[in-house]
Amino acid sequence: MSESAAPLVNRIEGPAPEVSVSNDMVRRGLFVAPVLIAVCGVIWGLDGALSSAYAIALVLVNFALAAGLMATTARISLALMMGAVLVGYVIRLALIFLAVYVVKDAGWISLPALGATIIVTHLGLLVWEMKYVSMSLTYPGLKPTRQTTATN
Amino acid sequence: MEALSYLIAAVPLDAAEQKTANAAIGAGFAYGLAAIGPGIGIGYVVGKAIEAMARQPEAAGMVRTTMFLGIAFTEALALIGFVVFILLGL
Repeated sequence: MSESAAPLVNRIEGPAPEVSVSNDMVRRGLFVAPVLIAVCGVIWGLDGALSSAYAIALVLVNFALAAGLMATTARISLALMMGAVLVGYVIRLALIFLAVYVVKDAGWISLPALGATIIVTHLGLLVWEMKYVSMSLTYPGLKPTRQTTATN
Repeated sequence: MEALSYLIAAVPLDAAEQKTANAAIGAGFAYGLAAIGPGIGIGYVVGKAIEAMARQPEAAGMVRTTMFLGIAFTEALALIGFVVFILLGL
């Protein structure tokens, strides 16, 4: 087989790094969720707090879906992973649209709170994770491990 | 196009309805246009990442990590468009 066709049959075995990245972001998202909900609650009231919680759940599920799709398809073939990422992008956007469309007329929804929380959570978690990943890649020796954490 | 203009002319709208219709059309364009750019960007990111993984499989872990972050950052643009859409005219 020619080298240019290799991605069609190549597959990546072993642990999926995107799943661990996604798990990190979900953990951090759950960690900061009370703060975001409280801030939205102060600004927009109870509706804002509930909408903020809904938006955080949307963002975290979106990350988990993206990572799961990539990890599953990378074990089959790289070409399938590319297709799954592109189709998954459209499907996830449609799912987010449906999730918001279903609740848009609900009594507890506050669209400004929902929108603001989606953007802040998505970008905030990404920047937080990027900082961690870039530090780990630049200084691999300083990457905390379970063993060093336990000894400290 | 001619049929569309007849249709539009046949349904007169008052000012409030016209404003609502314009907001809906603007929101739809905002979301649609905001989704095109990230779609192209994600395709570019994933294509280059797969090329890198095929050339250098031992670096696949690092490439996949940065690819995932790149995809998520690119997708943020679509989400911003979506938020504009829901605030304007959902």
